[in-house]
Amino acid sequence: MAKIENEAAYGGAEEQNEYVINIGPQHPSTHGVLRLVVTLQGEIVKNVQPHVGYIHRGIEKMCESITYPQIIHLTDRMDYLSAHMNNEAVCLAVENALEMEIPDRIKVIRTLMSELTRIQSHQLFWATYGMDMGGQTCFFYGLRDREKILDIFEETTGGRMIVSYNCLGGVMYDLHPNFRKRVKDFIKYFRSIIHEYDAILTGNIIFRERTMGIGPLTLDDAVSFGVTGPSGRASGFSCDIRKHAPYSAYDRVIFNEVLLTEGDTYSRYLVRMEEMKESMNIIDQLIDNIPEGAHAVKMKPVIKLPEGEYYQRVETARGELGVFIISDGNKNPCRVKFRSPNLVNLGVLNHISKEFKIADLIAIAGSLDFVIPDIDR
Amino acid sequence: MNTTETDMARFSELVKALVPEAEIHEGKQFAEITVPPASLLAAAEALKENPDTRCDYLINLTGVDYGTELGVIYHLGSSKHGQIIVLKTKTPERANPVLESVCGIWRTAEFHEREAYDLLGIRFSNHPDLRRLFLDDTWGFPLRKDYVDDTNTAANGEDRE
Repeated sequence: MAKIENEAAYGGAEEQNEYVINIGPQHPSTHGVLRLVVTLQGEIVKNVQPHVGYIHRGIEKMCESITYPQIIHLTDRMDYLSAHMNNEAVCLAVENALEMEIPDRIKVIRTLMSELTRIQSHQLFWATYGMDMGGQTCFFYGLRDREKILDIFEETTGGRMIVSYNCLGGVMYDLHPNFRKRVKDFIKYFRSIIHEYDAILTGNIIFRERTMGIGPLTLDDAVSFGVTGPSGRASGFSCDIRKHAPYSAYDRVIFNEVLLTEGDTYSRYLVRMEEMKESMNIIDQLIDNIPEGAHAVKMKPVIKLPEGEYYQRVETARGELGVFIISDGNKNPCRVKFRSPNLVNLGVLNHISKEFKIADLIAIAGSLDFVIPDIDR
Repeated sequence: MNTTETDMARFSELVKALVPEAEIHEGKQFAEITVPPASLLAAAEALKENPDTRCDYLINLTGVDYGTELGVIYHLGSSKHGQIIVLKTKTPERANPVLESVCGIWRTAEFHEREAYDLLGIRFSNHPDLRRLFLDDTWGFPLRKDYVDDTNTAANGEDRE
């Protein structure tokens, strides 16, 4: 093995019989360019040091030299599986700063799109997580069903993954005439087939043995590490922004915040499975009640935010996304910070993987459901 | 959260009792507390431990370049109460800015502070592992306002409207 010049940066092999291996940056189970430097003693993980930044694009720096409508389109490229929620976060931040009234139709459309995005994101999680655990079929089942949502997106927004559907004061285009029918068809279809997901993976004995009791995260640690989203709620951390600080149309729908207490890899998986069902319930309540009206409020051509600081939180498929804008009154922001749920969740990986086997590390990292461009930004 | 005036007065009193040097004012969205760097750690600890605030959840940590000063803004949440309190501190030192690390209070701060160090060059003393996060050591600190970008022209959006 080649000598590592800066041993401390790698967590270091301090004791005898310990050795260091690299996972990534190009490795299928890291789901992107994430590099984990793992210190092992035999098969037992002693230390995991994530090395990030391989696709750092300096989005926060770029934001300082572009206008607010332009920033929206950069946010798709962070957590691309929650593209719609990322857009929405910037829009809400700016709209609230300008103290704008947003019509109900826009709020409902945004909520519907967010929940569809959440379902497709969790479907992809299920598909790839099954594959990480050795269940190739999951990948095909998951992608097959996710495709139906992407088709709905494509019809209305023109995009499949990077939708860029939000704009300041509303959404870019009105809903496609087929939208309601296709969403209802999809919900009907997915309800009739989601039991297969459980039959194939949730109930599988090998899968359960590999995930139950693995990588437990206590409630106190989840709060201290700031682990949000499904991963935090699996530890009993009630952190759903849709409940605690409702935005768009979340204050008018009834849904449960899925909370479990075990905090292990299996619970993190279960929360996502349940959330897909909750998302379908939310869509049910809204799809027949989309108010009439325009799809966007007319905005001034040049948008300047009043001097001050604005913070907006939204719940993406992976946790709390925060958009923090400091404005000095110009058309460009003075500073933009994105509180990325993935970077924060990555911080807990070392803590919960220690003393487990290296194969468990793949299970644990998979259950935190990282999207690497959101870590790097 | 919009606090009423009496709430705000009560909150001011509470924070004054915990950290006498703190300046408190009601921001557009949240209550804001500004402290000198020397009492940052005491303020953070007090806000976490006090049963009325119980800020056990560090939502966000933002490093900011104000032009002449560098600063850090902490958005503090609570798993018990649900309010957000903003804690701020500034340091006039630009060549070698050092602030106390809050890693001992909120473990999530470890990555946040590494990011602030990476992009703004703010050092955090007593951080367990202060290394650059995204960039390598050949870079300057790109989020500083006086950073000159020699190579990357893509970020230059002057003529875009």
